[in-house]
Amino acid sequence: MRHWQNGRLALSVLAALSLGVMTACGGDGEASDADGPVTISVATFNEFGYEELIEEFNASRDDIQIEQVKVGTWDDAKANLYTKLAAGSGLSDIEAIEGDAMPAILAESDAFADLTDPELDGRWLDWKAEAGTDADGRLIGYGTDIGPEGICYRADLFEKAGLPTDRAEVAGLMGTWDDYFALGEDFVAKVPDTAWYDSSGGVAQAMLNQVENPFETDDNTVAVDNADLKAVYDTVTGNVEKGLSTRLAQWGDDWVASFQNDGFATMACPGWMLGVVEGNAEGVQGWDFADVFPGGGGNWGGSFLTVPAQGENIEEATEVAAWLTAPEQQAKAFAAKGTFPSQVEALDSPEVNEASNAFFNDAPVGEILANRAEAVTVQPYKGPKYSDILQAFQAALLRVDDGSQSPDESWDQFLTDVEALG
Amino acid sequence: MSPSPAALPAAELTPVTNPRPPWRQRLSSWDVRTAPYLYIAPFFVLFGLVGLFPLVYTAWVSVHDWSLLGGQGEYVGLQNFRDVLTNPYFAKQLVNTVSIFLLSSVPQVVIAVVLAALLDSNLRGRTVWRMSILLPFVVSPVAVAIIFGSLFGDRYGLVNQLLGGIGLDPVLWHVDRFASHVAIATMVNWRWTGYNALIFLAAMQAVPRDLYESAALDGAGRVRQFLSVTLPMIRPTMVFVIITSTIGGLQVFAEPRLFDETTARNGGSDRQFGTITMLIYDFGWQLRDLGRASATAWMLFLIICAFALLNLFLLRRFGVLGGER
Repeated sequence: MRHWQNGRLALSVLAALSLGVMTACGGDGEASDADGPVTISVATFNEFGYEELIEEFNASRDDIQIEQVKVGTWDDAKANLYTKLAAGSGLSDIEAIEGDAMPAILAESDAFADLTDPELDGRWLDWKAEAGTDADGRLIGYGTDIGPEGICYRADLFEKAGLPTDRAEVAGLMGTWDDYFALGEDFVAKVPDTAWYDSSGGVAQAMLNQVENPFETDDNTVAVDNADLKAVYDTVTGNVEKGLSTRLAQWGDDWVASFQNDGFATMACPGWMLGVVEGNAEGVQGWDFADVFPGGGGNWGGSFLTVPAQGENIEEATEVAAWLTAPEQQAKAFAAKGTFPSQVEALDSPEVNEASNAFFNDAPVGEILANRAEAVTVQPYKGPKYSDILQAFQAALLRVDDGSQSPDESWDQFLTDVEALG
Repeated sequence: MSPSPAALPAAELTPVTNPRPPWRQRLSSWDVRTAPYLYIAPFFVLFGLVGLFPLVYTAWVSVHDWSLLGGQGEYVGLQNFRDVLTNPYFAKQLVNTVSIFLLSSVPQVVIAVVLAALLDSNLRGRTVWRMSILLPFVVSPVAVAIIFGSLFGDRYGLVNQLLGGIGLDPVLWHVDRFASHVAIATMVNWRWTGYNALIFLAAMQAVPRDLYESAALDGAGRVRQFLSVTLPMIRPTMVFVIITSTIGGLQVFAEPRLFDETTARNGGSDRQFGTITMLIYDFGWQLRDLGRASATAWMLFLIICAFALLNLFLLRRFGVLGGER
């Protein structure tokens, strides 16, 4: 039972190895003169769709070479990022940051280089550029993708419940959250073994992304005891008894398995989720994608590229980040992995507009997501504690889902949790 | 020790101009006196660097406001310790830790001893059997957690489907506090039982065979031989295994963290199976407060010391499994 020590040993061996590797292929920074190319490392998580772009760049340049460092999830990337920010060294030249974590990063913006460049003004959707800008007006993150949301649904299960299955007709039935939930009640009455949506957490997150100040006021005061948040909480927990929710934790094993077991009929789908659905529902027939989102538009997720100030090749790194987040490159990344571009010009590019997805019954995903992006009106205010509070909120919903507490008990515990965040 | 010149016979007296023993002699005496220390030094130097220094430094961090990103803040005395002790989850996660530890360590030691005794007999293909019980230990704990996590799925997990097959209700492995501890202890046991069994086996191999022969002559059966010869003879190994599994068991982290399906990964929706090390991680790397994380780490250190001493005391007091009155 010495797994902790073993873990530590493994870690130190790993650290030693990676140090060795770093110094082996290192010399970065030393070689910024004429004696060889500068290597710029780009740290990403999940799938950014950069592999082919990097090959293209490396083939065309002999002064700069890009090297990608990939990890599985944002959580892993975050742990690494915070640890090395604290240490003051060891980060890649370019670090990708997940959108919801950006406010916390902005609070530490001194640790990142100012990427402001007048030539890039107007490259991104306004709200995306704003989300990468700190309080002093320094742009520290170049937007990569955004997460405009549509509704993924199972046409075959809709048919079983006697509901319309055509994309446009379905879109007409879910204009508001009330319509969406009412339709869900019809559905679960007809198909009792299947829930209406994938998880309480997913729906709550979609609803929160339409609230102006979900957890914090504009001056970063934590204010979770507010009417908007309580309304979302009450609605979502109220739906649990009606059988609308699978009552599963989003991203958990049971949630993944529910795709294969007709667990639910609809879910909130940002662009990057299409790939997740396709992976989890492999072999399942009947998925489709509707050009609608209850309550208007909503954006969930999307990332940024930042350049840590501790790096030695800030100038070259900035150039690479600017190139990777240019409209034409992000359009190619969308074709590769479905990450929907945050660049204004990319939204009109044929690669994006004419994209369709065979798994979703050949839905014109490019066109739908572009429409969904335009429908986004509210950008919730997210302060430095946003992602910490969101975790506590998700846990509160789950306590009601899994039956360990009543909605009231769980709400009180959520307030205590937020209090204890310190 | 080199003899002093005064003690030498007169015939062999060195010239008065050089009363000191020759260089080589002094070197060898110096060698004899100090070499043992040099041989053991690497361990202590290494321990000082990676064991003692972090321990002391953690104590230093724990009495300050210390943000992961902002670095050292002001001195706050024992405030961090007070904050942790009043945190509603500290007591709960301490109880979880002890509960998971007991559910894993106790059955583990018992099963490991029995397994070792079975392997110590004249089996055919002994080596194959002995190697095969170590297999689970070779598999990475992450892989184990992923596989067991899907076995213990609340809704679509294999275990619940089997239970349903024989007409029992499904168990909510991720919701019910005790059930989640059992599931996690199962993973820990799966990994470590074989490892400990091999250590016990090595100890059993060292028991003189003539003791068994005399016991057999006195009419002791297999079970009686095991209780009266084997167990008392492997007591030192027993102490070693119990202490080391206490140290490891109270630091359980990977299994519960990977068993968790919530986004926060703090050990279930209501921290049903959050452990103390997970609380340290939560404070330090999710809430970015190294002060509270260090305070928690120090308390865990003290708790482990207390448990190890208690173990030692109990083992001394009662002998192992009543082997000696």
